[in-house]
Amino acid sequence: MKAELRPLHQGRVQAEPAWTKELEAILEAYGKAGGDPAVLNKSNVATLVVSSNRVLVANEIPGVRFEAEELPHGVHVRILVAPDAHVDKTVHLCFGMLPAEGEQEIIAEYDIGSGAQVEFLAHCTFPNAIRLRHVMDARIHVGTGARMIYRESHFHGTKGGIEVLPKAKVAIDEGGTFLTTFSLVHGRVGKLDIDYDVAAAKGSVAELTTKAYGQSDDLVRVSETLHLNGEGARGLMKTRIAVRDSATSEVFTTAEGNAPFARGHMDCTEVIRGGATARNVPVVVVRDDRAHVTHEAAIGTVNHKELETLMARGLDEEEAVDIIIRGMLQES
Amino acid sequence: MNEDSYLLNVEDLSLKRGSHDILSHVNLRLRAGEVHGLLGLNGSGKSSLAYALMGSAGYEPDGGLIEFAGRDITHFSITERARLGLTLAWQEPARFEGLPVGAYLALGAKEQNRESVAAALEAVALAPAAYMKRPLNHTLSGGERKRIELAAVFAMQAKMVILDEPDSGVDILTLGDVAALVKAMATQGRSVLLITHRDEMITAADSASLMCQGTIVFRGSPDEVRQYYGKRCRMHGGVLSAQPWERDSAGWSIPT
Repeated sequence: MKAELRPLHQGRVQAEPAWTKELEAILEAYGKAGGDPAVLNKSNVATLVVSSNRVLVANEIPGVRFEAEELPHGVHVRILVAPDAHVDKTVHLCFGMLPAEGEQEIIAEYDIGSGAQVEFLAHCTFPNAIRLRHVMDARIHVGTGARMIYRESHFHGTKGGIEVLPKAKVAIDEGGTFLTTFSLVHGRVGKLDIDYDVAAAKGSVAELTTKAYGQSDDLVRVSETLHLNGEGARGLMKTRIAVRDSATSEVFTTAEGNAPFARGHMDCTEVIRGGATARNVPVVVVRDDRAHVTHEAAIGTVNHKELETLMARGLDEEEAVDIIIRGMLQES
Repeated sequence: MNEDSYLLNVEDLSLKRGSHDILSHVNLRLRAGEVHGLLGLNGSGKSSLAYALMGSAGYEPDGGLIEFAGRDITHFSITERARLGLTLAWQEPARFEGLPVGAYLALGAKEQNRESVAAALEAVALAPAAYMKRPLNHTLSGGERKRIELAAVFAMQAKMVILDEPDSGVDILTLGDVAALVKAMATQGRSVLLITHRDEMITAADSASLMCQGTIVFRGSPDEVRQYYGKRCRMHGGVLSAQPWERDSAGWSIPT
């Protein structure tokens, strides 16, 4: 069934009380996830709001088109940016679920036309999650010379009973740019299992940044593979993860230099406290003697001097650790 | 002299690393509102004393007593000491990724508002509009971070501030800047322990001590200490960080 696209600025949502209530709740959660609900009410801002398996808001603007189909446990959306469109206002996406239990599957296709420029800000919010599963299966195509920035921020509530599985397969055409940041630093993580696979063509650029803060028995697993297939393709995978209590962090990154003058780098910093565990396994594969791929990793506790400096300002150790970790995760 | 009138009372403080004496029977007293200059060459133990007073890890004393505001704080945590009103501006300030300067200053500020933070920045000759939102990371020079560190302790309005070599580092603060800051703190009734290896710095103090080989070898007015330092303190053997005095049965003397 094709979902009805509902532009918020036309005021149609307010005419249906049940949807209005759900929209209000999801927007409140959107705010908790760091989003600004007021932005979603602007007619000149492309917006897509999905709650469970329903599209509550879809506001298109010139150059940005949405197609959506409701599935039993989620939605299948296509986000199309026209060739050479320069979208000057950030496109806002909101995916969430209000119930404490259930499953949401988002199948997302992004097609960024050649020469287009667009930035997405996605907030995924599950404020009441106790036993919930969220699957994001994305196919992303960045056209020739196009530029796509995708920032995704999650809020999972305080219970930790959530499983989040973001998966993306990305193809960047010649001269294209794909920059993405995944951030889950507020509330509990639950179980997070990121799986990104990026193929970069000639002269293209890919940057993947992941930031997460796990506590209690949270599990953060990041698997990223970057295929630098085209001549002069460049890529960076940057990971910043903090784990405390009995949380676990596992980072597996692979960078392949498969073409002349390809340049890749993996940069992983993990901070651990208490009985937490952190693991980093970088894999470097080079198939052309003119390619160059490097990696660096650091796992350890918070910087001693930073900690003592904040304590000398009157903060207790836990407060100081929290500020240092959040600062590290905020810096990108 | 009334014992109770001292804000800081350090008695016979000792600290060892293996068999090496880092601090040896240090005695030091500061009154409320007093600015005291602690002068000494590099490696004389000044910073070690600062860390021991602040309670830094690895600087737990092997003997002696530290009293502050009438409490025995010898085994207090850094936080407990700070909450009693003692703080330290480090010689090499830390960097904080992702933390804006304004937020950092507000963390320990007595009055956590924009005006208070701006006043602290102005006290170290930094324009609030230019620095308030800048991250306290590698994008700031060593000199800028130094000033921000001093602004942080100024904003805290602690009873006593230990300034560890406030004039050192790249892009150093001028003597006039430091003197003005110390004066501003003293005007507010704060005590300052001003640690330096530059003898002209201690002219901003009410009293002074000279430190050598982990202990205090001379006390007096800033002028007296400067004179003593000028006459007797010279590198022997041309080796940097070597100490000019040695202790014998007659006390401290210049080695021959």
